[in-house]
Amino acid sequence: MSATRVDGYGWSLGAATLNFSWDGTRYQGREGDTLASALLVNNVGPIGRSFKYHRPRGITSAGVEESGALVTVGQGDRRDPNVRATTQTLYEGLQAYGQNAWPNVRYDAGAINNVMGRFFAAGFYYKTFFGLPPFDTGSGTGVWMKYESLIRKAAGMGSASTAPDPDHYEHAHGFCDVLVVGSGPAGRRAASVAVQSGLNVWLVEQDSAFGGTDLSATDNRQQLIGQSIAELEAAGVTLLKRTTAFGLYDNAVAGLLERVTDHEADPSPWLPRQRFWTVRATRIILATGALERGYAFAHNDRPGVMTPSAAATYLNRYGVLAGQTICIGTNNDSAYRTATDLAKAGAVVTLLDARTRLQHPQLSDAAKAAGVNVRLRSLPGKALGRCSVTGVKTAVLAGREWRAQSRIACDALLVSGGWSPVVHLLSHRGVRPVWNETLQAFLPGETSEPISVCGSAAGYWSEQQCLDSGEAAAHDAVDAMAGVTGTATISVPLGWDNPIAPLYALNIDTRSGQTKAFVDLQHDVTSSDIALAHREGFVSVEHMKRYTTLGMANDQGKNGNVIGLALLADALGTAIDSVGTTTFRPPYTPVAIGALAGPHKGSHFRPLRRTPLHAWNLAAGGTLIEAGLWQRPWYFKQTNESLEETYSREARVTRQRVGLCDVTSLGKIAVQGPDAAEFLDRVYTNPFKTLQPGRARYGIMLRDDGMVFDDGTTWCLSPTDYFMTTTTAHAGAVLQRLEELLQVRWPELRVHVSSVTDQWAGVSVAGPLARQVLEQCVADAETVSDAALPFMGVIDTELQHAIPARIARISFSGELGYEVYTPSGFGPEMMTQLWTEAQAVGGCLYGLEALNTLRIEKGHVTGAELDGNITLQDAGLGNMGASSKAYVGSVLKDRPELRREDRPSLVGLSPVNTSERFNAGSLLYAPDKVGGHPIGWVTGVTFSPQYDHWIGIGYIEGGATAWPTTDIVCTDPIRGAQTTVRVSTAHRYDPEGARVRG
Amino acid sequence: MIKIDCPFCGVRDHSEFSYGGDGSIEWPALDASASDWVTAVYERDNIRGKQWETWHHLYGCRQWLLVERDTLTHEIHTVKLAHSGCGQLSR
Repeated sequence: MSATRVDGYGWSLGAATLNFSWDGTRYQGREGDTLASALLVNNVGPIGRSFKYHRPRGITSAGVEESGALVTVGQGDRRDPNVRATTQTLYEGLQAYGQNAWPNVRYDAGAINNVMGRFFAAGFYYKTFFGLPPFDTGSGTGVWMKYESLIRKAAGMGSASTAPDPDHYEHAHGFCDVLVVGSGPAGRRAASVAVQSGLNVWLVEQDSAFGGTDLSATDNRQQLIGQSIAELEAAGVTLLKRTTAFGLYDNAVAGLLERVTDHEADPSPWLPRQRFWTVRATRIILATGALERGYAFAHNDRPGVMTPSAAATYLNRYGVLAGQTICIGTNNDSAYRTATDLAKAGAVVTLLDARTRLQHPQLSDAAKAAGVNVRLRSLPGKALGRCSVTGVKTAVLAGREWRAQSRIACDALLVSGGWSPVVHLLSHRGVRPVWNETLQAFLPGETSEPISVCGSAAGYWSEQQCLDSGEAAAHDAVDAMAGVTGTATISVPLGWDNPIAPLYALNIDTRSGQTKAFVDLQHDVTSSDIALAHREGFVSVEHMKRYTTLGMANDQGKNGNVIGLALLADALGTAIDSVGTTTFRPPYTPVAIGALAGPHKGSHFRPLRRTPLHAWNLAAGGTLIEAGLWQRPWYFKQTNESLEETYSREARVTRQRVGLCDVTSLGKIAVQGPDAAEFLDRVYTNPFKTLQPGRARYGIMLRDDGMVFDDGTTWCLSPTDYFMTTTTAHAGAVLQRLEELLQVRWPELRVHVSSVTDQWAGVSVAGPLARQVLEQCVADAETVSDAALPFMGVIDTELQHAIPARIARISFSGELGYEVYTPSGFGPEMMTQLWTEAQAVGGCLYGLEALNTLRIEKGHVTGAELDGNITLQDAGLGNMGASSKAYVGSVLKDRPELRREDRPSLVGLSPVNTSERFNAGSLLYAPDKVGGHPIGWVTGVTFSPQYDHWIGIGYIEGGATAWPTTDIVCTDPIRGAQTTVRVSTAHRYDPEGARVRG
Repeated sequence: MIKIDCPFCGVRDHSEFSYGGDGSIEWPALDASASDWVTAVYERDNIRGKQWETWHHLYGCRQWLLVERDTLTHEIHTVKLAHSGCGQLSR
């Protein structure tokens, strides 16, 4: 190929020269070039190597449908693979590389695959590598997976950077009456009519410039485009270029990807690389255009083979003449104008037309007048040359047979098999395209959704038709928004002056199978692969697609889809419309994972919740840990302490003296109203109507199916005002559940629930000296005396300096304990008061780790035990289920299976050899049957300072009484540990509860 | 994207809502028979077409709604408050 820049062409080129590099070599392009036009004019040779056969590939198009010039752009952590060179705007210093080749795309060792090509038909790998040595032990998936890792290295395209993405991405939302996709003649007309009618209009264009086909027109339309865009802007249309509508969703919602800085040499660090838009429109007008397709013939993938429309774009828009001696093959009228343009620009052009005669010879006459050699009943039958086209072997129609004829030398071969309207976006809405025999194209199907299609996307080929259909689509939208229907009509005839001739594949090679004719270049799918799929029974179009991989990956059926369907229809002896189509799915063109993630990464991945004591905990030396969304204190380390030493000390000091722990993250719900007691009585398994003001009660909620949902204490402040606490993990779910019960099931109950979690800071004060500490902090020490505040008592009182406080005498640790709450703003001051007094008596601060130690010693359950498959009985809480009343879950919890004695139930665990430790998550087995389904599992472990060895809590079939003296095998197959343990009651520390009442 | 016309908040994205479940269930009394409860909790129709569902406007007014949705097309035909006492409220 010998492409050259032609003076007087290139409407979109600027004056500046731009330096860029290709596979390490420096080249120059012009401002306004794409990477593809710059590579083309520099005649760099093969630009890509194909997916499977490593065949050399060149530029096949000038747009998003590109399947040959897929390259890697950028280096290091900005390495971006599989970029279409045709859509990458050239910028100063751009670095691009060939991919899927070694050592490079010019000389690729992997091209050996092409020699072996006849073995690599569809399904080759799957058929071959099941049960082949050396991995032939066994069969099926496992064997395949071993080979797959090797095959993956040989096949594929570019490789993405594995370094973290250094760019940032933005999510944005847009709202409009009408979203117009595509800024060609039809789209601009539609936007113009809609905005004149007073609607809020958005116009989005995937290209780097507005204009659509006008950008590639024979005459220079820069001024016309500029004027119409200026008018739209002045009228208030929101205009976005470099913005692809990649998917349509329910209710006229569109996903857009705006490439903000991908075209810039030195992007501002304050701009996102890409912006991901969610646009909520009322109506959508698709003016997405049509893509020119080729047809399958021998070696139709050679560098130098492209579509005529691409050659027209390179000439008119970028001033690049694709070759000096050009051969064109076509079955329709559109290539004639291109042939004329190319001839006028100085190329020697031969046009081969498959059709036998032309009723309307005007276009043909114009081409001939420009010097084009036009031959009817002829087509390119085979491309000649290896790394670039050097000629064609022509085919001529003899009767109904295509026969090889002569050779023509050429350095560019342009082939058109017709045009495929871009119906992808409508297909995203589940609308099947409809085959049009006259146009040999799939047209958009009917839809009841507020979406209209205009321009060549709807099958209108002429400019006037496109403008008329754009206007009609806009009137449709205006009328629909005004509540009127069906006023706008368009009755222009579809089609060409001269009818298109069906053309999908051509085989003139007598040695069939020796040459490849490609249907889908990107996936190396050949016409014989389609035939093979049919022979092997993959006769449904969806099966054929998956077997051959036709139209997959970032091609998404843009090029080969129609050809593949036509070949399958031919093999089946049926028509294309009865074969049907595959479904196009978003995205239309690839969307970077970074754009999908947007700002939601790292610490912004999810919301962060800090307690009002956060800064206080940090200042006091606390190490924090994530608990759901919350940051909670994990432990308060002293110098040179290990984690285990730290939490052991905290637990020991709490048992012997006093400890303070931030418990703010517990869910807190205000349950208020005249029927609050009745409501709680229905929600909790134990009685609540008897709860008196000033008292708290531990309660458990079940789900409808009888399984334990959540637990916590509820404090009665007055007969109409209750303060419910929930676990940290289920705070949101409990509130949602209570709202559901009140609104959906029991609307007669006069109860209101609201979350007050964020309104209160809470601290647990636990240990034998807890009361002593509190007495020093409350305004009146008498309010916390044993008589005034007995076990499970609640008071509203004040701390020093008139800080309001709500105190309940409840215990999770098994020690004398209080939970002290104050309005969030007073949290740090409350903490300082309590800590000053606790320090004075040798107390400590403790975190989640020590909290866990204390509760495992005591046998209290948490989320690890209440995992959703646990009944009251399983958790050793059978006596919490009142028999005197009905409550949520009370009926189904008594299903016979759930009452079996041998269900796993809660136990304590200790190692037989007390110097050994074991892991949470371990499985429990009886000594005579280790392996298979376990008889139990470990939910939590800790080193216990109280017992001076590791202890655990978990479940085992039948509970502690079923295994009184058995040595249970505790295995952790993942971490490779095995220990022998004994089971006991889970409630090992102070089972009578004397200490909490002290 | 599904949009739900909340009686309090107007048309909002489904991402503000949390799907509840089958809105046609007649919940039995708490002390009803086990078979009534099994029916209510476990036995579901798998409807192709319009069905009543409960949705919670979690990041909005926090009202539970009864939504008549077409499972095939995602079209939403009716939205009303689940709480019968609020039935007379209208925008």
